[in-house]
Amino acid sequence: MEVFLEVCSRLTDGFINAFFLFILTLVFSLPLGLIMSFCTMSKFAPLRIPVKLIVWVLRGTPLMLQIFAIFYLPGLLRLFVWPQMNTGWEWFDSTFSTRFIAALVAFAINYAAYFSEIFRGGIQSISQGQYEAGQVLGMTKSQIFFKIVLLQVVKRIIPPMSNEIITLIKDTSLANTIAVYELIYEAKEFMTVDGLIWPLFVAGAFYLIFVGLLTILFNHMEKKLDYFRS
Amino acid sequence: MALLEVKNIRKSFGKSEVLKGIDFSLDKGKVLSIIGSSGSGKTTLLRCLNFLETPNEGTISVDGNIIFNAEDTHRMSDDEIRKNRLHFGLVFQQFNLFPQYTVLDNITLAPKLRLNEEKLTKDEKKHRIDCITENAWELLKKVGLTEKSGHYPCQLSGGQQQRVAIARALALTPDILCFDEPTSALDPELTGEVLSVIRDLKSSDSTMIIVTHEMDFARHVSDEIIFMANGIIEEQGTPEQVFDSPKSPLTRSFLSKSIESY
Repeated sequence: MEVFLEVCSRLTDGFINAFFLFILTLVFSLPLGLIMSFCTMSKFAPLRIPVKLIVWVLRGTPLMLQIFAIFYLPGLLRLFVWPQMNTGWEWFDSTFSTRFIAALVAFAINYAAYFSEIFRGGIQSISQGQYEAGQVLGMTKSQIFFKIVLLQVVKRIIPPMSNEIITLIKDTSLANTIAVYELIYEAKEFMTVDGLIWPLFVAGAFYLIFVGLLTILFNHMEKKLDYFRS
Repeated sequence: MALLEVKNIRKSFGKSEVLKGIDFSLDKGKVLSIIGSSGSGKTTLLRCLNFLETPNEGTISVDGNIIFNAEDTHRMSDDEIRKNRLHFGLVFQQFNLFPQYTVLDNITLAPKLRLNEEKLTKDEKKHRIDCITENAWELLKKVGLTEKSGHYPCQLSGGQQQRVAIARALALTPDILCFDEPTSALDPELTGEVLSVIRDLKSSDSTMIIVTHEMDFARHVSDEIIFMANGIIEEQGTPEQVFDSPKSPLTRSFLSKSIESY
């Protein structure tokens, strides 16, 4: 029992780090994905084509490879080194380590690529009539987007978005390939140091419970937006 | 002087010329109906008036001011287009209400957003918003939907949605209200309520342009009829002239076909 509590406590620490990676990835990738979706829909080819190529590469290569590339390449090419946080606050500096930041960047751009395609699908599914109705009422392009189109897009993309977001929490485990401390990293410690396999399955339960909570949240959001049909 | 003057409007999509030089004028308080078969260019003409399409040639003036001139469109900024298009209101065939807003909010959204463009103190703004809301209630009364103010569009019938769309267009007090086949997407039993709202507007002296397939309605509500065929105005005149003694053979054959279909 004591061992179990010890395992749970350390796995919780690992999960907290995984959660930070998860939430910060969302914070950066959602707006970035929206901007990228605008670029891929742009009539201006010098904007559209490069972004489409970037999306192709990001979706076309393994995330694990991208994490390696982003962590090691800047140093190998002598471009820059990932910064080390130095606030003097030990918990903060060790949580947001150099490795963590590199992994975060990799996750954020990778997920932005996927999100951008979901946004594009959502935006293009809104009928032209909605834009035209806004136009003839004298609205600006940004008013039409933010006041009319956006909420309809959000309603439509909740199902595919929840898929991606659920995948993201599990994908955070890929960060341990560059030794970012997180849930699977911690579980593997038990295996290599203490010869215990079962903590890995407890780690699985952590993901499962978290995904359960996310599912409830997404269902709630869907219900919230059920009052209108578009 | 005529309120609206349209001169030599031409519009092509790729190689096909949809409008081949349209000229007409419309006096204040008059109702003009545009009839003609599908593909004759009626809807395109209406869309040109509302700046949803940009004509390749021609001018549009309202009250003597040129608001569109094909020769110097490049000088027109988005803001100018927005200002100019407010001379016109447009009611769509498919209503195009905003689904996430209540009936009342559908009507007040655009006028409220316009307030952001003026520099107003807090009190002034509050006062203006009260005016907008009050006006929206008036409009709802006009279209007979006050009891539906808090409903969402998906809770309304097609006829009710179209009446809300009319109120929404009126909220910006356009000089000329345009209707693009306002009853074509409705079940036959629902067209009556929409047509009667349009009839009421006529009695309150609104200037209107109606693209319609409802011949009977066009005849009774209009002061003037334009029959379009193949991108030109084939015939133009009072309802009596066009319906009772059409001069053009095309008009005659169109009218006999549309009457047959009843």
